[in-house]
Amino acid sequence: MPRKKSPPITEAWRGMTFTRRALLVGGGQMVIGAALATRMAYISIIDNDRYVLESESNRVNLTLIPPRRGWIVDKNGKALANNRVSLRIDIIPDRLHNKEFVLGQLRTLLRLDGDAMERINRDLKAASGFQPVAIAEDLSEGDYASILVRLPELPGVAPQRGFARNYPTGAAVGHLIGYVGAPNAEEYQKDKDPLYITPGYKIGKDGLEKYFQPVLKGEPGAKRVEVTARGKVVRDLETSPDVQGKTVHLTIDADLQDYVARRMGRESGAAVVIDCTNGDILSFVSMPSFDPNSFSDGISNSEYAWLRADDHQPLINKATRGLYPPGSTLKPMAAIAAIEHGIDPSERHTCIGGYRLGSRFFRCLGTHGSVDMATAIMKSCNSYFYWVAHRLGYDAIAPTAKLMGLGEEFQLAGSNQRFGTIPDSAWKMRKYDQPWSASDSLNAVIGQGYVIVNPLQLAVMASRIASGRRLYPRLIRREFKNEALPFSAEALATARHGMDLVVNGPGGTAGRSKLPLDGIAMAGKTGTAQVRGLNTGNGKAGAWKFRDHGLFIGFAPVDNPRYATAVVIEHGMGGSRAAAPVAKDFMTFLFDREKAMEALETFETGWGGTIKERMDRDYAAWKSGASSDPDPGVPQ
Amino acid sequence: MIPVPPAVQRIPWKLIAVLSAITGFGLLVLYSAAGGSWSPWALQQGVRFLAFLTLALIIGRFPIRIFEDFAYLGYIGVLILLIAVELLGFVGGGSQRWLDLGFMNLQPSELMKVAIVLALARFYAQLPPGNTRTWTALWPALVMIGFPAALVMLQPDLGTALAICIGGVIVMFVAGLPFWWFGSAAGAGAAALPVLFSMLHDYQQKRVLIFLDPESDPLGAGYHISQSKIAIGSGGVSGKGFLNGSQSHLDYLPEGHTDFIFATMAEEWGLLGGLALLFAFFLLLRWSTRVALKARTRFGQLTAAGLTMTIFFYIAINLMMVMGLAPVVGIPLPLFSYGGSSMLTVMTCVGIVLAIENDSKKQGSRLS
Repeated sequence: MPRKKSPPITEAWRGMTFTRRALLVGGGQMVIGAALATRMAYISIIDNDRYVLESESNRVNLTLIPPRRGWIVDKNGKALANNRVSLRIDIIPDRLHNKEFVLGQLRTLLRLDGDAMERINRDLKAASGFQPVAIAEDLSEGDYASILVRLPELPGVAPQRGFARNYPTGAAVGHLIGYVGAPNAEEYQKDKDPLYITPGYKIGKDGLEKYFQPVLKGEPGAKRVEVTARGKVVRDLETSPDVQGKTVHLTIDADLQDYVARRMGRESGAAVVIDCTNGDILSFVSMPSFDPNSFSDGISNSEYAWLRADDHQPLINKATRGLYPPGSTLKPMAAIAAIEHGIDPSERHTCIGGYRLGSRFFRCLGTHGSVDMATAIMKSCNSYFYWVAHRLGYDAIAPTAKLMGLGEEFQLAGSNQRFGTIPDSAWKMRKYDQPWSASDSLNAVIGQGYVIVNPLQLAVMASRIASGRRLYPRLIRREFKNEALPFSAEALATARHGMDLVVNGPGGTAGRSKLPLDGIAMAGKTGTAQVRGLNTGNGKAGAWKFRDHGLFIGFAPVDNPRYATAVVIEHGMGGSRAAAPVAKDFMTFLFDREKAMEALETFETGWGGTIKERMDRDYAAWKSGASSDPDPGVPQ
Repeated sequence: MIPVPPAVQRIPWKLIAVLSAITGFGLLVLYSAAGGSWSPWALQQGVRFLAFLTLALIIGRFPIRIFEDFAYLGYIGVLILLIAVELLGFVGGGSQRWLDLGFMNLQPSELMKVAIVLALARFYAQLPPGNTRTWTALWPALVMIGFPAALVMLQPDLGTALAICIGGVIVMFVAGLPFWWFGSAAGAGAAALPVLFSMLHDYQQKRVLIFLDPESDPLGAGYHISQSKIAIGSGGVSGKGFLNGSQSHLDYLPEGHTDFIFATMAEEWGLLGGLALLFAFFLLLRWSTRVALKARTRFGQLTAAGLTMTIFFYIAINLMMVMGLAPVVGIPLPLFSYGGSSMLTVMTCVGIVLAIENDSKKQGSRLS
């Protein structure tokens, strides 16, 4: 330090220097003290808001309570989907101090396998802060209690008493209701709802659960608790309860739905029952199905693989996405079209075992002799309808088919429909750039060739023939006009009479499926559809997947129809053999439950138990590698 | 008028009032930090304070001559203790800072804070004035500071090592060593900072880095500083109220009864509490600085100035630490933080300064 010439160092100088320097040090101390006071004032006044907020977010831990999902109930208020109590264990990553120890304990106590531990570790790595990570769901009371008593040694572990979706009738409503599941990353990215990353929260993933998600979801509750740094809850602050989602009322009859599903037995197919007075869908079944409870609990890979591997396709809703040639079930409709186009229903045509069209001979299934229109329907005489189709051309019949709902896509909640084809000349020109031929008409009129429909459309057709109104199928109380069909009473009466004869007439094709009831009769029409494009065997035997489909449409009671139905049994080898007896039983159920249940119980004994028992057994067998296919004769 | 007996007059009531105010306030904070309970901290701290206050008053009665005579001996004794601790720690496997005396754990490094000031004060008191600007004034002091500082650094205890250095350096400064020595030493120190930094332990380096950027790891090692600032900041001007501090009561604030007790206090008493405490410390330091200025002997001057700095260093570093202005070095707030060692050190300092004051008063009364 540059200084003036140093003064001589004396005691006095030393004393002065000391005083100066001591004052300098003291002054420096005061400056530092003042700086500290300023700093403190800055933190506690200028930054006060920010730190108050941080202190609060330290102190208060907000947890969302997933709302209870709204119920889905049938027309009588019976639950098709409700909630059950579910015990679950989560981990709050911020409070997890001794990770290895805690996870080790959980693994032992809850008997978690390696897959589960891997998932938990993955989730923990991705998670942050107070966002809980699911450890296990649906614990037994015992396992849950074993965690509860050890809670003090397991910091970060958060037991929760929540709710899980429950489908009381299981697989019977699988395709109808759909299922729920934990939101995936894309869904979270889309909606940015913090609830989506709350463990235990499920959203509708398929079917009605997905369609009605906005109605069913409800409002989450929030729990505010004061917590220590180690995550110990000191006390509960205010809690706002969740608001349960709204109930969705369906037109379904839960008991009938269950009955129909069970009555389908080991078969693959679909059955739809419609109320003829208003278009209410009372039963909407596709079998085999999946158990939506399994999906909602997070289905295991092997169970999913089992469902996918099944050649009966339990993951596809055949009622709306199964397309089948309708076969002879179209004949009553064709009869109406014929009468509307001037054919006298009493005019007779002689069946010689087929119909000659130019050089080709179109075969009938029998040689029915002289038949009028009603008899032709009763006996399912192809020759008669070949004759009608040849005379009118299919362009005259197709509009009637469309008025009956065939080829139509309905506004139906939560359904994803494949609506098939009702062909006409314009369609063929558009599609294949070829003119319509007479043989196309002949094929189409017996429900083969280009004609392809789904089971729902068949049921709608049955309801429209039965009611004479343009009924629209509905699953919820949605208003449709349902105006009268532009057909003469004679046309409708002839079709209904023919269908009456099919079941109740002498030699009708479904004579064995008369309802076992006094005073209530069912009308119907069977159909047998060749599996398209596969010219193997005669369709009556051989490999399952090459057999003919069995179809049936019907309504009951014959006079003053109330219920209409359509049943499709895939590869059932014939409508009268496979489909009509099923319809007979569930139609009986609508009028006499006890009688119908007796019949069902007999069948189920033969099939090896209820749907769930059979599914559990099949799955177990599949897992152990054994053949699980219920159908003998299927090449493995 | 009631005549006050001289024995009562001789008792430094004002000083006792300031010390009791600081400690009493500390007791309230300790009571709150224990969740509204006198145990485990407040009661013990109160008893300890009474014992150490008595000790300070007794030390204050000693003639100053004794401290000067035993300064070197005391210094050497404490140095031996430091070495002993180092050896014990080495034998015990791990860092050890204290000797278990049965009734209390003695940290020789705490004693060294006082001993270094006394030893250097004696050295400079004996140094002929003419030598003040010579090499002979420098090297013995550097050696005397360097040995214990190095030993304490080995423990490792950065905060105490710094306190020893500062105490010693201030004695050298007020002793009148050339100004530019300190200037150039400070410059060289700043330049050597990276080298010193690399010599620190990993955890010490981490603390320094986190001090520079506490938000970089708010849940890990920056947690202390972040939570301390939250506690002080959320207290606002008048605080959350006695027993209402959530940061301390819910354990977010680590060491809320020892090193971070100021944050505990500020959360409940706010800026007003903080300023009151600072004012009390100001009164204490003003008293001891005045004693230094008025001291009769050179030894008294240097000792009082050095001990003032020792007390101040505690306060300043602790407050800077809790306010996020210094790395977390584990230095308690004198008289306020729970703990015996620092209180013993500070009360010893106070006692010696009191002895110096008494010495100058005696002299003064003789003169008038």
